[in-house]
Amino acid sequence: MPRLTRCYIKTALVYLALALLLAALLALPYNLPLPTYIRIMTPAYFHLFLVGWVTQMIFGVIYWMFPIVNRARPRGNEAIGWASFTLLNVGLLLRVVGEPLVSLHPEGWFGWLLALSALLQWLAGLLFVLLAWPRVKEKYRGG
Amino acid sequence: MPRLSRYLIRAAFLYLLLGFTFGALLLAHKGVPYAPWLWAWRPAHIEFLLMGWILQLTMGMAFWILPRFWQQPRRPNEGYAAVAFVLLNLGIWLVVAGTTFRAGNWALLSGRIVEVGAVLAFAGHAWGRVVSREGV
Repeated sequence: MPRLTRCYIKTALVYLALALLLAALLALPYNLPLPTYIRIMTPAYFHLFLVGWVTQMIFGVIYWMFPIVNRARPRGNEAIGWASFTLLNVGLLLRVVGEPLVSLHPEGWFGWLLALSALLQWLAGLLFVLLAWPRVKEKYRGG
Repeated sequence: MPRLSRYLIRAAFLYLLLGFTFGALLLAHKGVPYAPWLWAWRPAHIEFLLMGWILQLTMGMAFWILPRFWQQPRRPNEGYAAVAFVLLNLGIWLVVAGTTFRAGNWALLSGRIVEVGAVLAFAGHAWGRVVSREGV
């Protein structure tokens, strides 16, 4: 299993644990004292689960298992894969931190965190598709 | 990777791009409001990613890697999986028409029914391939 796949899958597992922990916190009764910051994290929970866990796990497995491009460069340009991995995770973390801040302080500059997060995650998706697209093909038979 | 898997997986990648694009536009709008009309695209964002990306990719991978038969056809009832591909994509756009484009509840309802049809058709293909090495 390539190193990038190991990073994708281990990171995905961490996000799964975080998402379910957050889901547990969000399920606590309203009469329990819990910071408002946490109470408004339902969108963050969904995205920790679907982007951090599901999509990231899929990316890791695709990078590992799809047919190779050729023997010289079996999985394409690995640097693109690392860029996608980094952008996706920085973008997602910016969202998790920034979204409640924007809700609590709509007059602040935190909104730009979300704009930056959006750009980073979009680039991550685009780069991954560019990397994986040539590997959606029949088995490599040499030549 | 068989041809139908390539179709399903490439379509899934396109939906990933569509879903991420509208998700990014929505998230940026949430931070720095610039286009309130974007909220109408939220159901499409969800539909593109859950059905178009995750479900369609899963079908493509399953068609590829589930156990194959020893004799031809090695992937039996391939036609059912092809029907699933068509129905799933039709269903996605009917749902988007019924939600984002406000074409009416009939579009949303028929989209969901067509998606159920896609799942049943795919199960019709895959069911027989969920077997042990001994074929039981």
